[in-house]
Amino acid sequence: MPSFLDILTEALGLILSWERALSEIVILSLRVTLTAVVISCVLGLPLGAMVGAFRFPGRGLLTVILNALMGLPPVVVGLMVYLTLSASGPMGALQLLYTPAAMIIAQTILVTPIVAALTKQVVEDLHGEYAEQFASFGLTARDRIAALLWDARYSLLTVALAGFGRAVAEVGAVLIVGGNINHVTRMMTTTIALETSKGNLELALALGLLLLGIAVIVNASVMALRASAVRATYA
Amino acid sequence: MRDMAPDTSLAMAEAPSATPPILATRALCYEAGGKRRIDTVTLSIHARRRTMIMGANGAGKSVLLRLMHGLLKPTQGAVLWHGQSQSAVARGAQAMVFQRPIMLRRSARANLKFALGARGIRGAACAEQAEQGLAMANLSDIAHSPARLLSSGEQQRLAVARALICKPELLFLDEPTSSLDPASTQMIEDLVNAAHAQGVTIVMVTHDLGQARRMGDDVIFLHAGQVAESGRLSDVLSQPRAPSTRAWLQGRLYTDATL
Ligand SMILES: Nc1ncnc2c1ncn2[C@@H]1O[C@H](COP(=O)(O)OP(=O)(O)O)[C@@H](O)[C@H]1O
Ligand SMILES: [Mg+2]
Repeated sequence: MPSFLDILTEALGLILSWERALSEIVILSLRVTLTAVVISCVLGLPLGAMVGAFRFPGRGLLTVILNALMGLPPVVVGLMVYLTLSASGPMGALQLLYTPAAMIIAQTILVTPIVAALTKQVVEDLHGEYAEQFASFGLTARDRIAALLWDARYSLLTVALAGFGRAVAEVGAVLIVGGNINHVTRMMTTTIALETSKGNLELALALGLLLLGIAVIVNASVMALRASAVRATYA
Repeated sequence: MRDMAPDTSLAMAEAPSATPPILATRALCYEAGGKRRIDTVTLSIHARRRTMIMGANGAGKSVLLRLMHGLLKPTQGAVLWHGQSQSAVARGAQAMVFQRPIMLRRSARANLKFALGARGIRGAACAEQAEQGLAMANLSDIAHSPARLLSSGEQQRLAVARALICKPELLFLDEPTSSLDPASTQMIEDLVNAAHAQGVTIVMVTHDLGQARRMGDDVIFLHAGQVAESGRLSDVLSQPRAPSTRAWLQGRLYTDATL
């Protein structure tokens, strides 16, 4: 049994040599997660902004649903997407199961409610401040949403980063719908789980360190963004 | 621009009721929190005049201003704009400056451009009018600064300029100088008087008797949600008839305690 130090040294070596076995996993992970986060923002930012800024029938219910969906267990989402995409499921004909697209779908379902619910909170607060001025300007609904999203841009960037943080670290859903197939659907998290169970600790630790690094960078970015926004009193 | 205002105010001080009012309310009522905050208010605002709205804290001045501008829906009664019921079109011809300026999280210039864009003014005209607004508010040097980093006096100047570049027929102001020092107050008064000299009708809530005397043509005194007294400012101040107005002028009425 090699010592922890040996494993760490080998893991660092793997990272530094940036071998294909490692790099393709990292790149696929980032591609899947970034795509899911972008789609989630395209859907979740306007949705959250509308719920935050307007009163309409069903608004309360929608808020409750969004908040509930925020806490969706990833494995349940994975199972639902699996059932939908499997050969006998309603969208089986698309043959998406065990592809990166399936993982993007699962992560999008996980992240969109997070983006929408956090956006709702941010926009609701800002709208409380702006509402009378906007009414005085006679703004259309579309212009209101656009202005609120723009003026909340710093807070919303941190919202997107929160969604990214959740998606990149998630393992259950992508494992179920992606299947962790070598060279096709191996994500950082799923590979860590697999390689650890196989005893291939060097690769697992290398990916773990990279994941940790990404988490640190994301959190540092959030803090730096907040600080610069506060300095310009844009927060 | 400072010395123009008194002349025009004199010229326009004649017979306000001769022309139909630019804005009028008919038996306006507004209820909130289970109470009548505005109670059967019927009044007229005359074009090209400066009407001061005065009264104790909680008398309903801010609520009345919001009702007249269409930001609040009356429980009963109506607001008439040029004799027609108040609409979105009417609001487009009005502008409002709030007690605490509401600044977008953008530069001073971008705040002006946003207001112009909301009125459908874009492109070169937008850029040009924004520069005029900055010059008007004496903020050209700090046009690129985040608006919320400006001092409260600068923010309020920007808010007034932002309202005026949209060329409103009527400008509402809700205690625009209540938290400003005398120099900033003077600059706001100059901006408002210059706009008035160019034909903008002014409706301003103020607590400041000196300011009312400097600027007002007409006055409306509110007491507990009702019009206690209204008319030419000089007449009302020299011979107040309502007990609440007299009490207020003597400094005895600081709250909405019933007389
Ligand atoms: N939405 C509301 N709900 C309950 N009370 C309100 C509401 N809006 C205003 N009021 C009350 O109505 C009264 C008049 O308010 P306001 O017009 O702001 O007074 P002021 O003359 O000082 O501007 C105050 O007593 C205020 O607390
Ligand atoms: Mg008030």
